[in-house]
Amino acid sequence: MVTPTEPLAAPPAHEVILKVKDLSISYDGKTALSGVNFEVRRNEIFGIIGPANSGKTSFLRALNRMDEFQHRMRVQGQITFAGRDISSIRNLYALRRMIGVVFPLPVGLPLSIYDNVALAPRLTGVRNKAELDDVVERCLTRAALWDEVKDRLTSLGSLLSGGQQQRLTIARALSQQPEMLLLDEFSIAVDPVTTMRIEEVLKELKDEMTIVLVTNLVQQARRLADRTAFFLNGSCVELGDTERMFTGGATDQRTIDYLEGRFG
Amino acid sequence: MTTLDTNDPAADPEVQTSVFAASPNEHKAHTVQQVFKIGFLAVTLLLLIPAAAILGVLVFKGAPGLTWEFLTTKPTDNGAAGGISTALVGTVWMTGVALAFSLPLGVAAAIYLSEYARDNWLTRTINVAIVNLAGVPSIVHALFGIGAFVYFLEFGKSVLAAGCTLAVMTLPVVIVSTRESMQAVPQAFRDACWNMGATRWQTIWKVVLPNSGSGILTGLILVVCRAVGETAPIMFTGAVFFRQFYASGLFDKSMALSYHLFSVSMHVKDVPEHVPYTVALTLILVVLSMNAVAIYFRMKLRGKKKW
Ligand SMILES: Nc1ncnc2c1ncn2[C@@H]1O[C@H](COP(=O)(O)OP(=O)(O)OP(=O)(O)O)[C@@H](O)[C@H]1O
Ligand SMILES: [Mg+2]
Repeated sequence: MVTPTEPLAAPPAHEVILKVKDLSISYDGKTALSGVNFEVRRNEIFGIIGPANSGKTSFLRALNRMDEFQHRMRVQGQITFAGRDISSIRNLYALRRMIGVVFPLPVGLPLSIYDNVALAPRLTGVRNKAELDDVVERCLTRAALWDEVKDRLTSLGSLLSGGQQQRLTIARALSQQPEMLLLDEFSIAVDPVTTMRIEEVLKELKDEMTIVLVTNLVQQARRLADRTAFFLNGSCVELGDTERMFTGGATDQRTIDYLEGRFG
Repeated sequence: MTTLDTNDPAADPEVQTSVFAASPNEHKAHTVQQVFKIGFLAVTLLLLIPAAAILGVLVFKGAPGLTWEFLTTKPTDNGAAGGISTALVGTVWMTGVALAFSLPLGVAAAIYLSEYARDNWLTRTINVAIVNLAGVPSIVHALFGIGAFVYFLEFGKSVLAAGCTLAVMTLPVVIVSTRESMQAVPQAFRDACWNMGATRWQTIWKVVLPNSGSGILTGLILVVCRAVGETAPIMFTGAVFFRQFYASGLFDKSMALSYHLFSVSMHVKDVPEHVPYTVALTLILVVLSMNAVAIYFRMKLRGKKKW
């Protein structure tokens, strides 16, 4: 029997990978973030800027259900990732594998450099040495660290310099082959040259994954982000096309003040 | 004792204008600090004296009697003559049984308390209970051992019952030392692993346990020290005053060094003067040799910086 083919609906201009609806986050009843509504598109770099205490880190934590191990943290509202309401996901391991995170302070695990990067594939059961070698080299290269460490892959990742550890952390996140990469002020412990190298990497990675980039450096958001959200004191004040926002298109006076460095 | 730069032109004309010249306040603080340093050193040395004295006396009086023959022949005349082989072997057996139970169980409990248990009143109660359990007198453990292992579980008076009693007695120290060393592993490592989709157990296995080795070894050392040294817990549960046979199995009784030391010091008549010292020295050597490997690995672990 031949089924008549449905006429294909016109593909949406942008595929939405993450949708946040009425998101509120509180710690011990103290609100850290409230009323956040927006969508993140597949393969974009989504920038989040804002002064300290605006709830940026809390937002990232909610995305891969870190509230599960921050027992004072409560998340309300709806987060839809890859079509699923994440509060209904039972297999949080899979969710976290699909979302790589890089936090401000680099975390080189006390394993060899090789094992740091091979950890994620091994957790999913990969044992084949050649396959692991391949992942390690590819991820370290992408994170702009391969040349520096290729001769000492067996030394401890936790004893690398801060900037190297941060790139190791990025390599480790990449080894999960994530759909989405969350970066929280990744350049705090990294020198400017390395920061630039990582920024180049992020631009390339955009083709393979979606990146949410929290940054204190508004110029970094301008360089990298396709769209940028401005968080202030626990709410999302403004969201828009980065270039427009930085070229006078910001509508909220507080955003304009922040971008011009008048506070924060 | 070092002194700070001063502004005394007579002593040194050059330092008069030095910015490094010490103020009266700095002089005072520096002096106080030196006094404390010397004070703490003195206390430490003072505390070493009894330990050194004990060891010195034991070696001086006991070493001459410590021959291979003494260690490997069976005792006779209620222990007044002959060697100590049956006691030596019995102690090794009982300590081995104690280790076999208390190390795995203690580490398991420590893993649960440190890595799985939520911080609530129940966990806190358990933690307090464990610390208090470590302070329960060994005679109480002995009575528990009789009730639980000798009679209720029907092990009889045996090496197994004695070893189990020792295990129960030493569990708290294993739990506490292991838990402390797991707590010393930074939380950021766990967060990083969980964020990669690792389960709690994968995280424990890959990152936490490999860095808790020194705590587990400390637990092991403490178990051996107490298991070899304690008399009360084994006296009623498996150790006998005098016996010329080795234990035929876990359900048999045996002599033990600590109990034997107690007997030859107090009860047995006509014991040559050096024998108690030699037995005591042997006891210490048994502890040291059973711990040697653990001590070696702990030193290696401690010397290695991992983060
Ligand atoms: N683990 C926590 N427990 C309790 N309160 C927390 C915790 N983490 C964050 N908060 C609170 O949530 C609020 C927002 O913090 P958050 O870390 O999200 O800010 P941020 O925008 O990331 O700031 P910064 O730019 O300084 O990193 C703050 O008031 C903070 O005190
Ligand atoms: Mg933050």
